[in-house]
Amino acid sequence: MTLRLTHTAKTYPDGTKALLPTELSVCKGEIVSLLGPSGCGKTTLLRIIAGLETPDAGSDIWFDDDNVTALAVEDRQVGMVFQSYALFPNMSVRANIGYGLKMQKLPKAEIDARVTEVLEMCQLQPFASRAITALSGGQRQRVALARAIAPRPRLLLLDEPLSALDASLRESLRDELAVLLREFDITAIFVTHDQDEAMAIADRVAVMSHGRVVQSGSPEELYRNPTSSFVAGFVGNAMALSGKADGTTLHLEGGTLTLPSDGAGQTVYVRAEDVRIEESGPLRGKVEAVTFLGTHYRVVISGVTSGAIASIHSGQIAPKVGDFVNMSINPEALMLLPTEADVA
Amino acid sequence: MTNRTFVLACLTPLFIFSLLFLALPLGRLFLASGEGDAGWAVYLDIVRKPRYLNTLVLTVLVSAATTIAALAVSTTAGMFLVRNQFRGRGTVLSVLTLPLAFPGVVIGFLIILLGGRQGLVNQLTPGHVVFAYSAIGLFLGYLYFSIPRVLLTVMAAAEKLDPSLEEAARTMGASPYRVVMDVIIPGLMPSLIASGAIAFATAMGAFGTAFTLATNIDVIPMVIYTEFTLSANIAMAAALSIALGIVTWILLLIARSLSGSTVAGGG
Amino acid sequence: MLRSKTKMLQLAVTLLACAFLFVPIVMSVLAGLTANYFQGVSSGLTLKWVFEVWELYANSIFLSMGIAFACLICTVIIGVPAAYGLARHPGWMSRMLEEFISLPLAIPGLALALALLQLYGSMQGFRASWTFILVGHVLYTLPFMVRSILAVLASMDLKTLEEGAASLGASPWQRFRDIVVPNAMPGILAGALTVVTLSIGEFNLTWMLHTPYLKTLPVGLADSYASMRLEIASAYTLVFFILIVPLLMAMQWASARAQRIAK
Repeated sequence: MTLRLTHTAKTYPDGTKALLPTELSVCKGEIVSLLGPSGCGKTTLLRIIAGLETPDAGSDIWFDDDNVTALAVEDRQVGMVFQSYALFPNMSVRANIGYGLKMQKLPKAEIDARVTEVLEMCQLQPFASRAITALSGGQRQRVALARAIAPRPRLLLLDEPLSALDASLRESLRDELAVLLREFDITAIFVTHDQDEAMAIADRVAVMSHGRVVQSGSPEELYRNPTSSFVAGFVGNAMALSGKADGTTLHLEGGTLTLPSDGAGQTVYVRAEDVRIEESGPLRGKVEAVTFLGTHYRVVISGVTSGAIASIHSGQIAPKVGDFVNMSINPEALMLLPTEADVA
Repeated sequence: MTNRTFVLACLTPLFIFSLLFLALPLGRLFLASGEGDAGWAVYLDIVRKPRYLNTLVLTVLVSAATTIAALAVSTTAGMFLVRNQFRGRGTVLSVLTLPLAFPGVVIGFLIILLGGRQGLVNQLTPGHVVFAYSAIGLFLGYLYFSIPRVLLTVMAAAEKLDPSLEEAARTMGASPYRVVMDVIIPGLMPSLIASGAIAFATAMGAFGTAFTLATNIDVIPMVIYTEFTLSANIAMAAALSIALGIVTWILLLIARSLSGSTVAGGG
Repeated sequence: MLRSKTKMLQLAVTLLACAFLFVPIVMSVLAGLTANYFQGVSSGLTLKWVFEVWELYANSIFLSMGIAFACLICTVIIGVPAAYGLARHPGWMSRMLEEFISLPLAIPGLALALALLQLYGSMQGFRASWTFILVGHVLYTLPFMVRSILAVLASMDLKTLEEGAASLGASPWQRFRDIVVPNAMPGILAGALTVVTLSIGEFNLTWMLHTPYLKTLPVGLADSYASMRLEIASAYTLVFFILIVPLLMAMQWASARAQRIAK
């Protein structure tokens, strides 16, 4: 199914603008992530698509050629995975998964067959007759997904589906979820504040800030070519190198860098993995902290620019706190973005 | 049907019922209180005429005595039951909460069995002690139904009291008496005030117990009853009912704001 | 030493309170089973008085049970949807409504009965029927039912559960039937037992609302206390205890369970 939102906005009765007029299209089978910090409007947007929130007048929501703006949630045929899962405690796993099919008044035999099929897909057969309270967090998450998918919805919506899980479990379920969603071959939108999660699961990420979609594109696109300092900072934690640009030369506290293009009116960003510690580097700073992270060290260095910058250092030996080190940055790794008065 | 209409439809039966059988009758009662010979001055008569004033004073005194006694007994027993595990604890607790479902008339009868002419005390003592029909009998009857209500509220609060506060006070050298005064009583204070308010309000409005015991003494519920049935002084009965209702309502409002839930009910 | 002395004192107060509450009950039970109370238990134990009570007051007992059952049905029909409505529609209107229907907990039953009599006393058909008593009982027990359910509903994330059901295609009524009622069951059960217990024991309202032809169990009790011999009054009280104590225990068990679930 293709989803199309035109001019969709949400203003609360107290005047708070949770969502500014937004245009969004999601193609058939595409998995889109809404990524942003809390309060950016991503959950509001998801709930408007689901029909759980009424958008402002003038908003239009299209499922293929049907305008569903006025339809109640129960008539939209969407599947939804809630942050808290919202599993019915009065029903078994099987009854939870079959509930949507029961609402469609399917014959009992067909419901049983479909539930069994979904249970198998989500590897939940051993738990079919368990009570919800007897499940672990990861199992509950899978039941919630199975329940949402069982009625074959036109669109699957997931609201921070992994945030209620432990960090260790979250990573393994993230990959599992990415595989399952592609197996289902369904149009899906999921909301998250975790950039790793968005990148691992989605075909396309829409970054949101202050009620707007600020940039939308494939994970690589967002990472390599952010169009705003917000996206650069939120996706991949780019650090600003604040200095004085003179043509293609950037003068910093700790040295000078060559820019790939004219730096007038631009702010220069770099990511920690592109800051290389090497003897011959043109930048110099003082090591403030060194953290050993197994595969690499994270070295925090001051004196290069006004704030501290970090470097991912994969050598066998790390510099010590208090040492002075030299660094180099490839000109291609520098990102020049228009300086914003108001950093959104 | 949209969600909002459905929710409103759910509230409709309640709304109609409480309008027909609560709002309108109470409104009618209020109007009736002003329809007597004295007009609205009937409310002044409550504190002006000695008959009503004396009744009011006696009712407040008995209710206050009940409240203090019930607080003392129930707090002691409640703290003991929360802090000590012993065989028979469950039985003791059942006995202490048994009167919760007894109507006031039954409690009145039980007091007669204790202190009436054929009562236990009169049989055991040579001095012909009959107290069931006096203020003492009334006090004991009110105490009888107040003990369980106060006990449950105090125990609920005592269970939430952090025992380490007591232990901390003791490590700093506080005597058991000081621990009670400085730690336990302040910790229980909101629920003590709440359950005290419940006990007081219930005693003020208790009709059943007074009905069986107060043949010689006047308390407000009995006066309302006799004004209505014997003197046909409907305006006075209505005025007393409304005044009593407002007092008990305010008391229970205080109780609820302090302790969250209340164990109320007629005596 | 001092510690154990305080403990002894506490124990003494506790036991004394138990005795105060329990001794009259035992006396009443004994008096109801003794052939002649004035001669004491030595006159022999008998069920004579209980049978006499049954002959005299069986109608009252059945009337009370009937009213309690009708009261339960009314409080369920009015209370369950109302509790759901109050839980789903929080705001000052709901708080006011809840506070208002809780008035019968605070206002003495006598005052409520007077109010009902003032407004409906002249409607003879209604005044003289058992439904008039029923109205009083529903008025008094309804807040217990509503609050018991509200406590359970407030403890779960009702809104999200319902959104979950809605996203699966359930209409408001289906959500109420499949999600709200089953999950509110512990509260409904605790409320139901409270309603029946209170209805069977209700006296303050009923005394004013009853007619000579419609005496409930507690009205009959008051009647027997005033006009019957002590043995019959005691035997009747015994019958009441046999009816009410199991209900009270079930009610306490159900309320504790509902509270546990609410946590």
